[in-house]
Amino acid sequence: MRRKEEFIEALVRSTLGSFALGVGLLFPLITLLVLLYESFPALRKFGITDFLLGKTWDPVAEVFGALPALAGTLLVTFIASIIALPVSVGIAIFIAELSPKRLKPVFSTAVELLGAIPSIIYGMWGLFVIAPLMADYVEPFLQETLGEVPILGRLFEGAPTGVDSLTASFVLSIMIIPFMSAIVKDAFEMTPPLLKEAGYGLGATKWEVVKNITIPYALPGIVGGMVLSVGRALGETMAVAFLTGNVHQIPLSFLEPLTTITVSIANEFTEADTDIYLSSLYYLALILFVMSFGLLMLAKFMLIERLGRRWGTKNV
Amino acid sequence: MGNEERLKRVILKRKVVNVIMLSLSFLTALYGLIWLFWILIDVVVNGISFLSLDLFLKDPTPPGIEGGGLKHAFIGHFIITGLATLIGVPIGIGAGIFFAEYGRHSRIVKSFRNITDVIVSFPSIVVGTLVYALMVKPAGHFMGISGSVALALLMIPVIAITTDEILKLVPNSLREAGYALGAQRWQVIKDISLSAGKRGILTGVILGVARITGETAPLLFTAFNNNFTTFNPTEPMASLTVTIFQYAMGPYEEWHGQAWASAMILTFGTLLFFILAKVVVHSTRKL
Repeated sequence: MRRKEEFIEALVRSTLGSFALGVGLLFPLITLLVLLYESFPALRKFGITDFLLGKTWDPVAEVFGALPALAGTLLVTFIASIIALPVSVGIAIFIAELSPKRLKPVFSTAVELLGAIPSIIYGMWGLFVIAPLMADYVEPFLQETLGEVPILGRLFEGAPTGVDSLTASFVLSIMIIPFMSAIVKDAFEMTPPLLKEAGYGLGATKWEVVKNITIPYALPGIVGGMVLSVGRALGETMAVAFLTGNVHQIPLSFLEPLTTITVSIANEFTEADTDIYLSSLYYLALILFVMSFGLLMLAKFMLIERLGRRWGTKNV
Repeated sequence: MGNEERLKRVILKRKVVNVIMLSLSFLTALYGLIWLFWILIDVVVNGISFLSLDLFLKDPTPPGIEGGGLKHAFIGHFIITGLATLIGVPIGIGAGIFFAEYGRHSRIVKSFRNITDVIVSFPSIVVGTLVYALMVKPAGHFMGISGSVALALLMIPVIAITTDEILKLVPNSLREAGYALGAQRWQVIKDISLSAGKRGILTGVILGVARITGETAPLLFTAFNNNFTTFNPTEPMASLTVTIFQYAMGPYEEWHGQAWASAMILTFGTLLFFILAKVVVHSTRKL
């Protein structure tokens, strides 16, 4: 009887252990190895710097360079994060400090729902609703105003089609707001009430308490949340797939069509007819993997190490 | 006298700044809500007129011809996510149990757990390319089941992390009581930890399903697409999301309408799952 139970114990332990090992180590490791293996032909043909800095993406001549897709990815992610950051902090302040206690869960849930909408819905809605608005109203307006400013104007040249980095980043920014604001809100709520009460005791206004106590205290959380959101936004596919046009060119203006790593993979993967073409797409996937995994690990490290030490135990 | 005047001015200025900044914060909250409602309203307005029984019961007509439905995509979507759930839930819960029960004091297991936490935000399209290399390429053709595997891989970390977090909330004294009765570890896990945390784990499972029902990118080159209804998971299989992608990109008005209708079902389905998860959590707190 005893031995049977010990046997079950060993069995359960090793099964669960192998699941944990599989998820926590083997899955990312195998992903990395497979991507390396599959991108090996392209890696050997184009090398690292030539591929990263190559500007041509020509399936017919079998010359592949990642720079346009890489630049597109970074540009779209960068603009989206710049738009999302202040809004997310504002929403977090509102939920953590301003909203009446009873409405708090309602607002939180509403923002979380925004994040639960599938990304393909964002993409489709962006294509049918936002892109025409951008093309007809926003972009011509930007061209008439900012476009007239000497050097800055270069950024708004081109036909306003609505399928460009401006629209793509805008839609992407809406997508990452819920995610970013949730982390910032958590960081805000970790501020010890004692500190805030000390601020109020000195006669500070609510904004002064937020600005001088809550935000500095939660700064690592804000930065970590920002990095985490950027890591997520890098790998976002469907929301931008409709809105970039998948043109392999380095966008010199916000109104030119472009491509991102994810969009290139999504659009061209099943059409890749030569081995080197497919291998180059895997190479792109490898770059994406390394970038987002690195950023996410960095964010995790910042959130755990810095916040963990400051706040005690959370998630350590 | 002059001093008091100045003090009053400073206080007034601080109050004005306070009101301005707090209103800005209120406006950002409003900004977030506007998009939520805008998207939901657009999805309903554009989708509702194409919502009919035919959409669920009929196969698609050839492009450009009116009528027909998306029966193939609904069935495919159901099969792919169903199989993914079957694969993903046991592995996810199992890994989560290990993190919480066995790995509590091990540095290595903790770092596995942290990596799992990072994988939750993994680019889903990379998982698609991984499964393509491991399953589709050797088999020589796209398969519904490879789509399920890709989705399961995305779902496992979500479930594992939630399970781990829930089980860590179970008080240790309960476990110790079990050990004091001479129970083995697996018995303590089964009868104490899991029964105390089952609602929370259910939440994790629902969140995991909600996450994968809306995924498109990992299906593009695993399950691919199919214009016909199939129940065989070793064949290419249509899904709602990939069909929406194809139809929305296509040139026909009819396609766009059907894409909106499916988008409406997909959106509200996902949100329903999400709200369900919230309700389950809420009822746990009351207990």
